[in-house]
Amino acid sequence: MKKLINSLIVLALVGTAISCSNSESGGKSNKGALASSAAEKVYVAPGEHDEFYAFMSGGYSGNLTVYGLPSGRMFKEIPVFSQFPTSGYGYSEETKPMLNTSFGFVPWDDAHHPDISQTNGELDGRWIFINGNNTPRIARISLTTFETEEIIEVPNSAGNHSSSFITENTEYVVAGTRFSVPIPQKDMPIKDYKSNFKGSLSFISVDPEHGHMDIKFQLMMPGFNYDLSHPGRDKSHGWFFFTTYNTEEANSLLEVNASQNDKDFIAAVNWKKIEEYVNNGGGTMMPANYAHNVYDESTHTATTTMKKEVLTVDPLKVPGAVYFLPTPKSPHGCDVDPSGQYIIGNGKLSADLTVHSFDKMIAAIEAEKFDGEAYGIPILKFEDVLAGTVKSGGLGPLHTEFDGKGNAYTTFFISSEVVKWKLGTWEVIDRKPTYYSVGHLMIPGGNSRKPFGKYVVAMNKITKDRYLPVGPEMEHSAQIYDISGEKMELIYDFPTHGEPHYAAGCPAELLKNNAKKIYRLDENKHPYAITSPDQAKVERKGNEVHIYMSTIRSHFTPDNIEGVKVGDKVYFHITNHEQDFDVPHGFSMIGQNSSELLIMPGQTKTNTWEPKKVGVWPFYCTDFCSALHQEMQGYIRVSPADSDIELSWSLGED
Amino acid sequence: MKNAGIIMIVGSLLLLGLFQFPLWTIMLGAPQYPEPLGMHIFVNGIRGVSEFDVQNINGLNHYIGMKVLPTADEMWEFQAFPKILIAIVSLGVIIGILMAMKKISHNWALIWFVAMSILGILGMYDFNLWMYDYGTNLDPNAIMKLMDADGNPMTYKPPLFGFQKLLNFDVESLPNVGAYMMFVGMSLTVLAFFVGRKSATTT
Repeated sequence: MKKLINSLIVLALVGTAISCSNSESGGKSNKGALASSAAEKVYVAPGEHDEFYAFMSGGYSGNLTVYGLPSGRMFKEIPVFSQFPTSGYGYSEETKPMLNTSFGFVPWDDAHHPDISQTNGELDGRWIFINGNNTPRIARISLTTFETEEIIEVPNSAGNHSSSFITENTEYVVAGTRFSVPIPQKDMPIKDYKSNFKGSLSFISVDPEHGHMDIKFQLMMPGFNYDLSHPGRDKSHGWFFFTTYNTEEANSLLEVNASQNDKDFIAAVNWKKIEEYVNNGGGTMMPANYAHNVYDESTHTATTTMKKEVLTVDPLKVPGAVYFLPTPKSPHGCDVDPSGQYIIGNGKLSADLTVHSFDKMIAAIEAEKFDGEAYGIPILKFEDVLAGTVKSGGLGPLHTEFDGKGNAYTTFFISSEVVKWKLGTWEVIDRKPTYYSVGHLMIPGGNSRKPFGKYVVAMNKITKDRYLPVGPEMEHSAQIYDISGEKMELIYDFPTHGEPHYAAGCPAELLKNNAKKIYRLDENKHPYAITSPDQAKVERKGNEVHIYMSTIRSHFTPDNIEGVKVGDKVYFHITNHEQDFDVPHGFSMIGQNSSELLIMPGQTKTNTWEPKKVGVWPFYCTDFCSALHQEMQGYIRVSPADSDIELSWSLGED
Repeated sequence: MKNAGIIMIVGSLLLLGLFQFPLWTIMLGAPQYPEPLGMHIFVNGIRGVSEFDVQNINGLNHYIGMKVLPTADEMWEFQAFPKILIAIVSLGVIIGILMAMKKISHNWALIWFVAMSILGILGMYDFNLWMYDYGTNLDPNAIMKLMDADGNPMTYKPPLFGFQKLLNFDVESLPNVGAYMMFVGMSLTVLAFFVGRKSATTT
């Protein structure tokens, strides 16, 4: 009997092993030492899945696009800072509040730097954050629904560029200002910029459970331009590093006047120290006005709260909190290697990369070896903090990522190439051209303790002849390099949407099993939702008409409505009753001064229509939902404003 | 005779698995359903393999005029079968106990088996009748009224056992854990009969 049980256990284990190996969807066979072609490396067979997700910022599209690597296929455009008629984001009553700011409704932004949440310095796949550069905002996007859940405006900031990078346990998402401005804003001559303007660096706390953001404090720094930033990690966890330019504090013709100093700074901020200071009651609460927009998945609705104050911190009041590391030639990217030891300043006007040592920085601070100060902030000696210089032979270094195997990869905008070099020895190992003028690059997990160093994606600013010509305006181009070997190999080239400034990638396994398929109708708490078609109704409140409508393949309930009048404001509250994966219904009304709605299973969305003409006007489903999709339509009778026709509604009646 | 009684009890009790596990499962795969829809048939009702499968099968079936799948209180079988099952299991256990106590003959195991087999066959027959009605008794106002190759109205009866192609769906109908437990349980009652007979002839 015991023998039988044992053999049954063995059988069960064998079964598990077989089913595990069957479930591997990658299915790539290992060809061993035989070199395979580039085509084979990027080919993902029909029905197979990519190995990595890549989230590319959309730049001036205001959105975030989701791609697969290595195929370069785009899966989704996630609306973040821009109105998106495809789904109704920013048009629907539920999502309009997402785009509220202290300047009113701002339907667009310039989305720059996505960063995936981390735990212990490794990607955890809960959320992705991205900054709006123009009207300073930070957005949080859920990585289960792949929808924007929260946007917080950043007051006292202008050109929210050194953002949105997160600390290694997602304690903070950090947002630094590019432009320095008068704080608080006031009417003053522009030429009085120097020593009067300030640059704010905002530390926005992230609730570990819900992800909700709240500005913990703003550090009021000298009036430089804060260009990019990255968190310390592992040994340097607790510090944050920001590159600066225009330490000259010029207010005009910056391309000349901000390029005079041989060295600008990397600002090293000990946020743990400031956090402690703030937790002990430090800092000054300052009046402010900024929007906090939160989308609730259960009500499918966003709400805006205007916040009225923000805690500011004067760096001089917290000794030991901020130091300046001199860094040559207007550094752009500020990158920290996976060990947290090296801080790389990508001096965009030079040929060389400057690498600072965290250990040397700490030693210099402890020995108080300062080389003067700027606005009271100690400047460390360049030679004391320098770990090494990469003599790259390229021109215009912008950004560096890491492969987790001791190598770094830097983009060179002017010489249009990616250069691979070795951390510690600073020797250049390889260089490959890009097409053309590369800005950012991305290795999945490249901004974490644990990069997945298999591919690097180069995001180029200039496309020109890479694809079939489409007139003067075209999409940008990206290239994928295989970096698994000693030398990089260009394996693919694909267009990207908008202007990707940076991207974040992660292994597909981290997200794909958590992605939501439907919203549960029985969890829908939208105040205008109906959970059964017999609850469908039309109500009049003065000149507002509220239509509670449901959809299921392939009809609207109700689909005939009478009693609407010219001058009314009609609200269509539409609940999709499908509970099947990938069966959305759309809605559009003739003459609507708005966009369509695309309503996912279990979701409720609302759109408005102000009928201007008497008549019988149709609406229809915009998503080809079934074989009877063309039949999914209805009519609204619009009567003159003084008509006494009562509201009525029906489905399937004669 | 004691062993035969115990085997009879165990065999009868295995039928209780039908309360926990589906008797039969019908899976419906299609090009646009890479993860097939499916329904588990339990003695006390029909449940989706995934949570919303029944709702989604009903949604698709309305195109061709099939009725919605019956809920537990809409079919007398789902009320009666559990009661019949409890009765027959109880009877089997009592027979087993009495056999173990040598109060009755091993022939009772065989009688129980034959009775159960007849009920099982009747159950399958009834199930097939329902499937026939479900697949052929169609709404005359159905959205899609399809004809087969001979010009007769298409019917959509799922197979009782095995595989069948119905329009764009690949339909697979197979017994599930509940049925296997019933099969093993009933086999054990036959074994109880033989064990009982053997001990009766040797003593």
